[in-house]
Amino acid sequence: MAATNKPPVTGAGPFNGVLTWFDQRFPLMVLWKSQLSEYYAPKNFNSWYFYGSLALMVLVIQIVSGIFLTMNYKPSAEHAFASVEYIMRDVPGGWIIRYIHSTGASAFFIVVYLHMARGLMYGSYRKPRELTWIFGVLIYLCLMAEAFFGYLLPWGQMSYWGAQVIINLFATIPIIGEDLSVWIRGDYNVSDATLNRFFALHVIAIPMALLGLVAAHLMALHETGSNNPDGIEINDNLDPKTGTPVDGIPFHPYYTVKDLVGVAVFLIVFCAVVFFSPEVGGYFLEYNNFLPADPLTTPAHIAPVWYFTPFYAMLRAIPSFFNMQVWGVIVMGAAVMIFFALPWLDRGRTKSIRYRGPIYKAFFAVFIVSFLILGYLGVEPTNVWGEFPKGTPMVGGDYIATWVARILTVVYFAFFLLMPWYTARDKEKPVPQRLT
Amino acid sequence: MKKLLAILLAVPGIALASSGGAALEHATVNLHDKMSLQRGAQIFVNHCLNCHAASAMRYSKLTELGLTEQQVRENLMLATDKVGDPMTTTLDPRDGKAWFGVNPPDLSLVARARGADWLYTYLRGFYRDPTAKSGWNNTAFPNVGMPHVLWEYQGSQVLHASDKGPAKLVLESPGKLSPAEYDKYAGDLVNYLVYMGEPARAKRVQIGIVVMFFLAVFFVITVLLKKEYWKDVR
Repeated sequence: MAATNKPPVTGAGPFNGVLTWFDQRFPLMVLWKSQLSEYYAPKNFNSWYFYGSLALMVLVIQIVSGIFLTMNYKPSAEHAFASVEYIMRDVPGGWIIRYIHSTGASAFFIVVYLHMARGLMYGSYRKPRELTWIFGVLIYLCLMAEAFFGYLLPWGQMSYWGAQVIINLFATIPIIGEDLSVWIRGDYNVSDATLNRFFALHVIAIPMALLGLVAAHLMALHETGSNNPDGIEINDNLDPKTGTPVDGIPFHPYYTVKDLVGVAVFLIVFCAVVFFSPEVGGYFLEYNNFLPADPLTTPAHIAPVWYFTPFYAMLRAIPSFFNMQVWGVIVMGAAVMIFFALPWLDRGRTKSIRYRGPIYKAFFAVFIVSFLILGYLGVEPTNVWGEFPKGTPMVGGDYIATWVARILTVVYFAFFLLMPWYTARDKEKPVPQRLT
Repeated sequence: MKKLLAILLAVPGIALASSGGAALEHATVNLHDKMSLQRGAQIFVNHCLNCHAASAMRYSKLTELGLTEQQVRENLMLATDKVGDPMTTTLDPRDGKAWFGVNPPDLSLVARARGADWLYTYLRGFYRDPTAKSGWNNTAFPNVGMPHVLWEYQGSQVLHASDKGPAKLVLESPGKLSPAEYDKYAGDLVNYLVYMGEPARAKRVQIGIVVMFFLAVFFVITVLLKKEYWKDVR
């Protein structure tokens, strides 16, 4: 019997007996050590490294608050809107749960975007962490699906028309488009059937996929070890006596206590939004979504929630060619999918932006700026910056913002598609042997 | 489908059809002014609730405004005798459609969808317009279907077009209230509508302040804890 061969769990606590009982039947200590207390992480993590653990916490917040919302929410076209207001008014503490969930949705994207920016900056997607990156992009895709399905559930005007617009994007696909969009909706219009299936996908299908992917993301990360702001492999420099990385420290307790500071700062910002400004000027909760869904009244300005707007701005900016409107959809899809290719597009000899050359830094800066401006343009109507004067060659009478969005879309893709060329030619700085 | 994409790609950003026109007046919202909220509630049940419902709002909630259940029953419940009932209206939606061209919308959340300033401007912005079906038009909501329900109080205004600057509202015949009194009257109603849009709002801010203090202490503790543990990391 293996149970008796395993040494007892030692320590000063009063639970050694119980822990030993468990450990002899379950890989308790092996998991604890390999994932936390003897998982060596580089000692030079800066504040960009908070967002991974914060994303995990937001996931837990969303799942827990979501469970409580589900207890009173009714996924039917007739009752959904009223049931949300029932939660806001008649369910004790309901408003707090609802605001936590609505704020959590935006917080999830803020944290994940910062987490991705960290990965880009320090080359965390590079060999040997390609799979960690790919699992991460899959998480990002699931998150977008989760947010999209969830946004229909309050059954407000923006829920309804946002879903209508996004599903209609699929209808632009030649030949199969119309049938595909009907299949997604389960009806010829967004309706009760659509709401029901979106509810199922939002509370079961996507969360399960998310949890699995998060586990895979962490397992892959812990297999290769964490990257760091210097982009050096700490496992290449082991202490000959202990066999552990010279520049590494155990994740627990060092990074668990450090991440707690991040949690505290995050919660201060998060709760400030929940308690003092849950709408955030219409960006987290759109004003039009306080009107119940009305299939007969199209709002004049349909804008998705802010986290989709960079891609929405691209979609709007792409004109139709050959009498087909599918191009914008293709560009929008490609803008997300291209993240998968990143580990193989980068030919740089260094990982971290600290040692990259000027060309990469310039491309990276311009990429971030164009992403932010695209995000802004996606929130605003296309006439936000007015029109070019009539008679201007090429662009006369067109919206200025549309052309800006087109140029920024090109910049966005140039960052990725020209990467094999400019990273290989860049003048990089020498990388130090040890962490700085 | 094609039409939708056309709307999407070509002409977004027509201002909200009903929010065109006048610049908005600033409404003073004070959810701690219980007297103002009580007056607003009374105006609401007397004048709005005849046609508009507020189906998310229960009469019993009005006790939060410092009223007893008895007072709510006697003064504010005109359409029902159960204090736990929501504020519904007896107007048949089909009649509403026939009389006003549109079914009067539910007002539970109108303050959250429109904003207090818009409501305040709207309530003060009615003017005589012989070309309109109801005889009334509005600067904040051009061609609105609703007649000026509070005209007895405000009196009737007309819109004077001028060569310089925007058209101006001028009081033609005064109502029961002076302009200053009517502004306060409309302000009380807006205050109440804001309260009704989110009854938990005052409490939310109150709890939030306590949460902030708690988190500030938590933050200090985590920083000290981190410093203590990291002493031996070089």
